[in-house]
Amino acid sequence: MSVALSAQDMSRALTRISHEILEKNHGSTNLVLLGIPTRGAHLASRISTIMSGIEGREIPVGTLDITLYRDDLRLRPPRTIMATSIPAFGVEGRDLILIDDVLFSGRTIRAALDALGEVGRPASVQLAVLIDRGHRQLPIRADFVGKNLPTSREQTVKVQIEEVDGTDEVTIEGQG
Amino acid sequence: MRHLLSISDLSAHEAISILDTATELARISDGQTKKLPTLRGRTIVNLFAEDSTRTRISFEAAAKRLSADVINFSAKGSSTSKGESLKDTAQTLQAMGADAVVIRHSASGAAQRLADLEWMSGSVINAGDGTHEHPSQALLDAFTIRKHLGKGSRDLAGIRVAIVGDVLHSRVARSNVLLLSLLGADVVLVAPPTLLPVGVESWPASVSFDFDSVIPNVDAIMMLRVQQERMTDLFFPNSREYSRYFGLNSERMSKMATHAIVMHPGPMNRGLEISADVADSARSVIVEQVTNGVNVRMAILYVLLAGGALEVGANS
Repeated sequence: MSVALSAQDMSRALTRISHEILEKNHGSTNLVLLGIPTRGAHLASRISTIMSGIEGREIPVGTLDITLYRDDLRLRPPRTIMATSIPAFGVEGRDLILIDDVLFSGRTIRAALDALGEVGRPASVQLAVLIDRGHRQLPIRADFVGKNLPTSREQTVKVQIEEVDGTDEVTIEGQG
Repeated sequence: MRHLLSISDLSAHEAISILDTATELARISDGQTKKLPTLRGRTIVNLFAEDSTRTRISFEAAAKRLSADVINFSAKGSSTSKGESLKDTAQTLQAMGADAVVIRHSASGAAQRLADLEWMSGSVINAGDGTHEHPSQALLDAFTIRKHLGKGSRDLAGIRVAIVGDVLHSRVARSNVLLLSLLGADVVLVAPPTLLPVGVESWPASVSFDFDSVIPNVDAIMMLRVQQERMTDLFFPNSREYSRYFGLNSERMSKMATHAIVMHPGPMNRGLEISADVADSARSVIVEQVTNGVNVRMAILYVLLAGGALEVGANS
């Protein structure tokens, strides 16, 4: 096991992502953040807090559960359905930032795009992830990345965050 | 979990996870999303060898909202009325590739038999077998009680529920007694002695013959239908007398606690076990029970069919 991101690294990465999102979107006026449960949702609310501090206004944040849209449901035991909460004004015409912890095969994001289709039609959808570990199985890429982490398929990337696991840390497990 | 045959097969953890799943599904259906792709390509057969309105339509709506294909099969107008056995019917369904069969049958144990004898490889869901059990109804009743009286808790600890009427013929009562007590509620059965089954003292519920003394002390009153079609004997002198002692009318309703709710699994005999003004009152959650039924049945289909093996709660 090796540590890829310490708590401090993670905090710096989230701050940088927040600035990058604001830079690319020329401010925050049209932004909505949606985190994918479990850990993506917590990362989204952290990014929202950081951005609110920079911009001096509340940045809307919600969660989008994608369990019911997964294409690998039959390959695994049934998953618990997590909460979806979309800001009251919806996503119509907004610049929407999807936030997740790890980008791997890209299938979660495909499912998220399908789920989003039921919610509304944003002006644009961008993707922010804490870790991009490669091995994509679909033509999907992230717009904002905390850290690119070259891994082998056999390895496991484990993201721990304060709100869920009691500590902030990203580790790689298994042989490279 | 592969089949849903009886509440006695469920652990409290499994029952609660079905209710939690239903809560999330209800939140999704209340929003814009009415149709989910989760069970696309799966075939669910509604095998109804006994009449039903709510349960069949509810399972059909639940399956369709999850994008499953639904085949409705009722005994009337099928080969069952020509004398085809349950086994031959099951093998036919297997040959057609049914992933799940929702079965309603007048014989107690029909669903169990279908599941045990491995006539087919799919899941079996008991939608009411004779006077035995009706687990999906109990789950939707528990869901409704938790929503109104649960105060945010996941189980039903400390909630007092009266189940009133024809307990003898009621599969709804059997499933509810098991489930509500499993989730920590206190259940009291109220009925004339002739409408209580043999061995009721071994059930996890208390028994009372005096409806009026029970009314002020419960949080929910669940009225049962007097099942005249199953009554081969005389169980009470006449319907006026039954209604006087065991019917819920507005005078009795006025003695209920202010937060208490009135439930009925339907179909109702208005004027017999429940008066029309009570059924249509603000305390009555009878119509809401139907709405909740669809969400709970979606949760059941999701838990049984969406994944590979068991273990709800394992989130990667």
